[in-house]
Amino acid sequence: MVKKIPIGPFHPILEEPEFFELHVDGERVVDIDMTIGWSHRGIELLSEHKTWDQVPFLVERVCGICSCSHPYAYVKAVEDLLQIEVPERAQYIRAIVAELERLHSHLLWTGLAGHFIGYNTVFMWTWKYREPVLDILEAVTGNRNHYAMMRIGGVRREIPVEEIPNIRKMLDDLVEKNKMLTGAIVDDPVIHARTEGVGILDKKMCRLYGALGPTARAGGYNIDARRDHPIDAYGKIDFDVIVCENGDVYDKAVVRQLENFESIKIIRQALDKLEALGPGDICTEIGEVPPGEGIGVYEAPRGEVLHYIRSNGGNMPMRHKIRAPSFNNILTNEYSVVGDTVADAGLITAAVDPCYSCTERVGRIDRNSGERWIMSEGDLIRMSQEKTEEIRKMMTGK
Amino acid sequence: MSLALKALKKSPWVFHVNTGACNNCDIEILDALTPRFDVERFGIVLVGSIRHADVLLISGPVTRNVLPRLKRLYEQAPKPVKVIVIGACGCNCGIFRDGYNIIGPVDKYIPVDAYVPGCPPKPETIIAGVVKVLNTL
Repeated sequence: MVKKIPIGPFHPILEEPEFFELHVDGERVVDIDMTIGWSHRGIELLSEHKTWDQVPFLVERVCGICSCSHPYAYVKAVEDLLQIEVPERAQYIRAIVAELERLHSHLLWTGLAGHFIGYNTVFMWTWKYREPVLDILEAVTGNRNHYAMMRIGGVRREIPVEEIPNIRKMLDDLVEKNKMLTGAIVDDPVIHARTEGVGILDKKMCRLYGALGPTARAGGYNIDARRDHPIDAYGKIDFDVIVCENGDVYDKAVVRQLENFESIKIIRQALDKLEALGPGDICTEIGEVPPGEGIGVYEAPRGEVLHYIRSNGGNMPMRHKIRAPSFNNILTNEYSVVGDTVADAGLITAAVDPCYSCTERVGRIDRNSGERWIMSEGDLIRMSQEKTEEIRKMMTGK
Repeated sequence: MSLALKALKKSPWVFHVNTGACNNCDIEILDALTPRFDVERFGIVLVGSIRHADVLLISGPVTRNVLPRLKRLYEQAPKPVKVIVIGACGCNCGIFRDGYNIIGPVDKYIPVDAYVPGCPPKPETIIAGVVKVLNTL
C-alpha cells in the first residue's frame, strides 16, 4: 500500500525552498516527487535592468550563503567577455574571501546535519567555531554575509595589513577545532551506523544526474571547477580535491570536513603571496562593455555555479543566465532517497546541502482510504533523532 | 495585561518564516540561538510548529507562490502573536522591489509589530528587536 507524504514547500534554513512528496510503503520510500520555485524572485530579469556594476550586489543575494560565489562567477563572465586580466593582488584577495565563505558554509552544513540526527552538541560546536570565520569576514569586508567584494576587473577593497595576523591566528585555531570535529565524526560508532550506507549516490548516478560539488565528490565523481577550470589565483595555488567512494551521507560529511583543511591551506598560501606582493593595484579600469557573450564558472561550496551573460554594447546585460549547483543536486534525491526509510529521508535530502529544516508542515495521505495525518516538520526531525537514539541504545546496550 | 501576554513575556517561543529571502536572515536568526549569542538563556526557543509560536520572525519579500501560505500561517498562529520582520527585503522588498514575482512587503498582507532592517541584520540587532517588542507588552 503506497502512501504519500508531502514535505515542504519551503525549508527556511538554507538554499532554495523545495517541495517533496514522498511515496511510502510502510516505512520505505518508494518514490519521490519534487517541485521547486517557491522563492522565485525573478533575479535574471532584474539583473537585465541593472548596470554592469550594480549586478554583483544583486547576484550575491541569490543565496545568502554563496554570497561570494555568485558574484565571482558573474564577474568572471564579464571578464571573459572583456578579455581582461585581473591584477594579481586582487586575484589572491578573491581567493581568500571565497575560501573563507566555503569554510563557514561547510561548518554550517555539518552543524545542521548534526542537528538532524540528534547530535545537537555537534550543531552548537560547529556554529561556535564558525563565528571566528564570520568575524574575520566582517573585519575584512564590513559585513558578516553579503561581502560586496567582487567587482568587474578586481575587488572593491583591500584586505587591511593589520588583519593578516588575525586571519592566520584564526586559521591556526580552526585547524585544531576542525581536527577534533572530524575525529568526533569519524570515531563515533553511532554516527557511522546512522549515516553509512544511507542515501547512496554512486559514481554512475552522479554522472547521470549531473551532480556537482561535494555531493558528486562523495560518490567518487572527481569534479571540481577550481581545478578543472582554474580561474584567477587557483591556477597558482596548490591544493587537493577530496574524493570519497561510497556516496552515502557519511562520505558527504567527510568530504566537507576534509575540504575545510584544503580551504585553510589555500587561504594560507594566498596570504603568503599577498604579503610577498606588497601594495599594488586591486582593480583594472574596464570602460565600455562591447557586444558579445561570456561565461563564468566557479566552484561554490555546493558545486559548480555557472553564469552566462550576453551584451549588446549597452550599459546593462542583455541576457543573464544563472545555473546554481543545488538545482542539479536536488534532483539526485530522486535516486538516493528511494529505498531508505522516512526517518532517513530528511537527512538524505539535507545531505546534498539545500539544507532543509524545521518550519514546514508535513502531511501524510493514505492514497487508498484518503486518511490524512498532518505532521510538523519538527516531527520529521524527531523521527530522525529517535532513530539515532535507538541505534545508540542497541550499540551501547543501555 | 492579560495572562497570555504576561506568560508570553517570560518565554517567547519564536517561529521563523522565509517568504522568499536569500536565507541570510534565517541563518542569522539561527545564529542568535548558538553559543556566541545563546538567546535560549532568556527562554527564547525556536519551535518547529506554528501552533506553538508566540512570535513570528518573517524574512524576505513576499513572492506570489508563498502568499497563500503566509496568510495561512498567520491564521494558524495562536493569538496574541507578535510579528517581527527581519531584514530589508521583508521591510520594503529591498533589492527585489522591481521583481515581477514579488508582490509587496510583509506588512501589506499581515499586521507587523516591529521591523529589523539590515541586509542581513546582525544577530545583536535581531535580539534587540525582539527585546524591544517584549518591552512594549
